Amino acid sequence: MGNEPDWAAIRAAKENSIVAEGLVKRFDGTTAVDGVNITVPRGTIYGVLGPNGAGKTTTLRMLLGIIDPDEGYRRVLGSERPTEVARRIGYLPEERGLYPSMKAFEAIAFLAALRGIPLIEGRQRALKMLEEYGLGHAAHRQIRQLSKGMAQQVQLIGTLIHNPELVVLDEPFSGLDALNQGRLEILIRDLAVRGATVLFSTHVIAHAERMCDEVAIIAGGKVPFAGPVDVARNRLRPQVRLETREADGRWRAALPADARCEKKMRGNTFWYFTLPESGVEPLLRALIEADAGIISLSIERAGLHDAFVAIAGEAAARALEQNREETETHAKKGRR
Amino acid sequence: MLPNRLHAAWVVARRDFVAVVFSKAFIFFLLGPLFPILVGFFAGMIGASVKHDLDRAVVGIAMPAAQGDRLVAARAALVSAMPGGAPEFEVIARVQPGDRFDARAALKTRQLAAVVTGTLDAPVLTATEGRINDWRGMIALFAGRARDAAPAPLATVGTDVVVTSAANEHNGQVVTAQAGQLLLFLLTMLLAGMVLSNLVEEKANKIIEILAASIPMDALFMGKLFAMLAVSMVGIAVWGAGYGVLVVAGARSIPLLATPAVGWPLFLLLGFLYFAMAYLLLGSMFLAIGGMANTVREVQTLSMPATMMQLIVFFLASFALARPGSWLEWLAQVFPVSSPYAMLAYAAQNGSLLPHVIALAWQGTWVALMVRGGAMLFRRSVMKSGPARPRKRRAALA
Repeated sequence: MGNEPDWAAIRAAKENSIVAEGLVKRFDGTTAVDGVNITVPRGTIYGVLGPNGAGKTTTLRMLLGIIDPDEGYRRVLGSERPTEVARRIGYLPEERGLYPSMKAFEAIAFLAALRGIPLIEGRQRALKMLEEYGLGHAAHRQIRQLSKGMAQQVQLIGTLIHNPELVVLDEPFSGLDALNQGRLEILIRDLAVRGATVLFSTHVIAHAERMCDEVAIIAGGKVPFAGPVDVARNRLRPQVRLETREADGRWRAALPADARCEKKMRGNTFWYFTLPESGVEPLLRALIEADAGIISLSIERAGLHDAFVAIAGEAAARALEQNREETETHAKKGRR
Repeated sequence: MLPNRLHAAWVVARRDFVAVVFSKAFIFFLLGPLFPILVGFFAGMIGASVKHDLDRAVVGIAMPAAQGDRLVAARAALVSAMPGGAPEFEVIARVQPGDRFDARAALKTRQLAAVVTGTLDAPVLTATEGRINDWRGMIALFAGRARDAAPAPLATVGTDVVVTSAANEHNGQVVTAQAGQLLLFLLTMLLAGMVLSNLVEEKANKIIEILAASIPMDALFMGKLFAMLAVSMVGIAVWGAGYGVLVVAGARSIPLLATPAVGWPLFLLLGFLYFAMAYLLLGSMFLAIGGMANTVREVQTLSMPATMMQLIVFFLASFALARPGSWLEWLAQVFPVSSPYAMLAYAAQNGSLLPHVIALAWQGTWVALMVRGGAMLFRRSVMKSGPARPRKRRAALA
């Protein structure tokens, strides 16, 4: 790792669920993850946002101790060996899997047993949670007899059965229909309300924007931004949308240089430009004094998508959009 | 951390054991050895029948008048005292004085193993060289008795049976050692191969990542290994009980083997322990090799070299058995995967127990090392993990 470590962040590790510094992972000479820094505060919903192949899964696997980094430092729930605190972590991998011949409640009890819950207690908890999730009727059915969506829910219950402090979900929304995506969003928020830390990866900006307190934007194995969603958005100046009666006049001199005329509707003209550093009041005053004929003026804060484009670049944003479309198509096919 | 690992191994072992033993496929697995036994039984019956027909050798007699009949009578009188019996005798011609009998032509045209011509005083045996070597003395004996007009009855031999002799005891223990090794090999060969395909299920069902995130990989390996060992024990118990039923029903008998040097109870206990060790050693190796496979087809491809390796190990131990005190015996005892076979043979021939304690500890150490190595290899190659190098950072933080 070339950079000097952030000692303050490392010292603060005990207050954070996850601290990762300069994680590097290479596979057969290819650098999959290149110096990733992530700090996940306790009790937050944290998103790892990036297109497929950006290094999200590899990063999560390193944080969970499934694979070891070639370089870098990680501390998860206060331990440098994530497998030692595995019982306090719940993990839903991107590739879902359960033993097909197991009954649903047995499969959940097995996942609970892996995390240290006695088998009998695990079975009781499994039956209770299946009822809570509306899957009580499927408790004694084999996994192979369940629909894909039901099997995914069973696995999700298995992920949460031991009340983990840290829940890591790799692309949890993929393969779910809109209804189940909504349910999952509620569930994730509930987990955070209960005090659990939720770390999930996604290539859908909307999910990250709606749910996350903080995000790490990852592209090409690097994390160009990690922090609160608002900070990401605030990296971009707000956009001003101005509607005027006249298309031209002396008031045009009050507009910033980047102002562009987008369309004319019913004789009115729309202008878009970045809010000047001086703020909205001097701008408004200048426009009124120059008799701009303002119909409307609105200030739009940058969305996470805009922030993503600005931070990760157009190519990464296009890949992200393409992944989202592919996932939706795949989910529709799956439901059919 | 160790209790956690043991608990994790137990969880995996319990799941695997239940999944295997309570599956329909396990019934076929238990019936598996029945098929080669049945095939062997029927093949043996057919073979014995064919052999009996082929071995029913007939010697044609072509001698003057009554001489041939006297030779047949002499055979009848002596055949019971002949070790291994004697071929059938059949008078094919009563040769008149001055006539010649073409024995070679008779061998070509009739189903005869040999032809005796000439007279009782000067019999001529016509046959292949091997038959002549086998039967020359016998024909001379029968002809000599046939010549005697009033032959003396055969003397009655008194007997004094001793239980054993030093030479017999040693030979018997060698046979016991061989039998023990063979049984150990057959059981290991039959059962250890199951482990090859053990991780394919987890990979195919994509549950391997959850397991890897939840428990240490060596606990997963250990759990799988002990589950399959327990499954093997169930198999052995069922087969043993089946054999016991056959013995009680009188269909089979227990092979009579010389008492091993350590005594039967201890020999059986050591046999059990060495089977467990042989199984765990080969199993851990197969688990690591099989872990690289992604499909059942790949496992099938891997099974051939695995079987060959088992055979080599068995041959090494068997070869060393016949060379007590040699470097080869020492090598077989020390080389981890052949050690259980060699030490079981040692138990049959030598009464000291300390070497077994050392050998079991040695083999156990290797089981642990191989499980650890296999788990590391699996993580590196399958979970795509590289070596961790965070030590410098940790040292800096300290």
